[in-house]
Amino acid sequence: MNARTLNFLGMGLVGVIGVAFLILTPRFAELDAVLELTIYMIMAILALSLALIWGYGGILCFGQSAFFGLGAYTYAIAMFNIGESTVPLLLAIALPAAFAALLGYFVFYGRISDVYLGVITLTVTLILFNSVNSTAGPEFHIGVARLGGFNGIPGIPPLNYPGNRTAVIDLEGMFYLSTAALLAIYFGLRLLLASRFGRIIVGIRENERRAELLGYDPRAYKLAIFTIGGALAGFAGCLFANWGNFVSPTIFGLAQSAQIIIWVIVGGRGTLIGPIVGCIGIQWLTTALGANQPSGSDWWTRLLANAPLVLGIILVAFVLLVPKGLVPTLGDFGQWLLRARTRRTTSALEPKQAEER
Amino acid sequence: MAAPLLQTRDLSMHFGGVKAVRNVNFTLAEGELRCLIGPNGAGKSTFFKMLTGQLEPSQGQVLFRGHDISHAHAHEIARLGIGIKTQVPNVFDGLSVRENIWLAATRIHPSGRVNDVVDEMLERIDLTGAAERLVGQLAHGQRQWVELGIVLSTDPELILLDEPAAGMTHEEVYKTAELVREINRSKALIVVEHDMQFIRMIAKQVTVFNQGSVLVEDAVENILRNPLVRDIYLGKQAVA
Repeated sequence: MNARTLNFLGMGLVGVIGVAFLILTPRFAELDAVLELTIYMIMAILALSLALIWGYGGILCFGQSAFFGLGAYTYAIAMFNIGESTVPLLLAIALPAAFAALLGYFVFYGRISDVYLGVITLTVTLILFNSVNSTAGPEFHIGVARLGGFNGIPGIPPLNYPGNRTAVIDLEGMFYLSTAALLAIYFGLRLLLASRFGRIIVGIRENERRAELLGYDPRAYKLAIFTIGGALAGFAGCLFANWGNFVSPTIFGLAQSAQIIIWVIVGGRGTLIGPIVGCIGIQWLTTALGANQPSGSDWWTRLLANAPLVLGIILVAFVLLVPKGLVPTLGDFGQWLLRARTRRTTSALEPKQAEER
Repeated sequence: MAAPLLQTRDLSMHFGGVKAVRNVNFTLAEGELRCLIGPNGAGKSTFFKMLTGQLEPSQGQVLFRGHDISHAHAHEIARLGIGIKTQVPNVFDGLSVRENIWLAATRIHPSGRVNDVVDEMLERIDLTGAAERLVGQLAHGQRQWVELGIVLSTDPELILLDEPAAGMTHEEVYKTAELVREINRSKALIVVEHDMQFIRMIAKQVTVFNQGSVLVEDAVENILRNPLVRDIYLGKQAVA
């Protein structure tokens, strides 16, 4: 079995599991579980946006939550002003993409090094957090939409079927939409990465100078992938604003930014499925820990109830013990098993035959 | 008369107070093969970096077929037709040999033809059997060949080779010299090399760098006899 077949097998498996999950969940799960799973799907799209630009583009961006938050706010503000969701949805993708393109232009064409890129994107996120946080007064409004400062924007109208503002997408519909979007984006990115463009992006990640000396402009490729990442994060933000009908400045916060990076580290950089697994796993864990309210006063009950602490320990453990992340490490283990089996069959043959293999 | 393939005018590079390259006037004709020699720190690699846009000259000009490329970006110069094999193999270590060659070939070949071109190149650099292996796992000599394959796959008009025979076995050196001569049938080359055996195998005209400037430029047999060159660089090697 070679790498190519394994690759197709993996994709097929993701497809089958994904479609089964999409169709079966609303039939068998309670509504609150469906609601919970919907947010996992939305966050997984956000995780994919960073998986793309960090794992494949080699760009460590602390600012995915900036694009995510912009998408959410854009949708909310446009929705209050327009009332029909087609244009707000498109704006929630286009505006973060344009913002990413602008930011990326200065960063990549200014030849700012990787470390500073992290610092700059984090700073931009925090600037957005502080700016939006200080818009509490009634004088801060865009059209009829009040920004609400730290209170956020409540009661955001939900998405509707394109062109028909009365046909609102309900909670179950949101699950279908988010899960289908996640699957479509996953396979879309697989296609993108298998294309000429995607392979050149990976080449630039591997050796930027060599790619340049072959005649590729790394700045243009990085800008393109960064913009796509911004668009995906914005789309996730739009779904998020729909899910809770609410958005507040914490969406730009440090905790949110860090979380996205943790998903990718735990799941594994350089894969697409890894960050999805990391995102869903960590969110499930966070929810489980949050639900586990301290009933006793033992130290370990209180420790387990402290979700950020547990997450921190998980992150440190992964960085130290499983630096490649969950999925790549499992992949390595699988290959090792495969090789071990080949070795056994080879040594069981006559020496002459073994040579011929 | 048509412009030479490559020409530099008073080309200089200063790093702080250090003048790594000073006032180099260098001319290369279409289809020429030139060897560049000189002791370590003579400015050969810096010179190459300026020709390929990796360093912006402090002063002077680089002309490629009459176009001023002194301030062009590295990728623009590559697209004009200058390819470089650097001293330390500069390849995509995390990718397979085939993917390395593909990344180079896909810039100039349409998608329908690129796979055939890659197969031909793998054959030419003798790595068909190792096509699916990661380049980072190959031996040093083989990685040199991968880089040569990458550079050739973009079909440049001028190829710069920085110590192509470094770290190669005797047999590999011989093979490389043969390949360089073969490439020279259709392309111009500038080769930086320390190995005098290798230079004898390939060179006609040699330029000697010393302390950032051109010391002397002459036919290879005269260079080997030049006492000045022996003094600064060749030492006992030339006698041997």
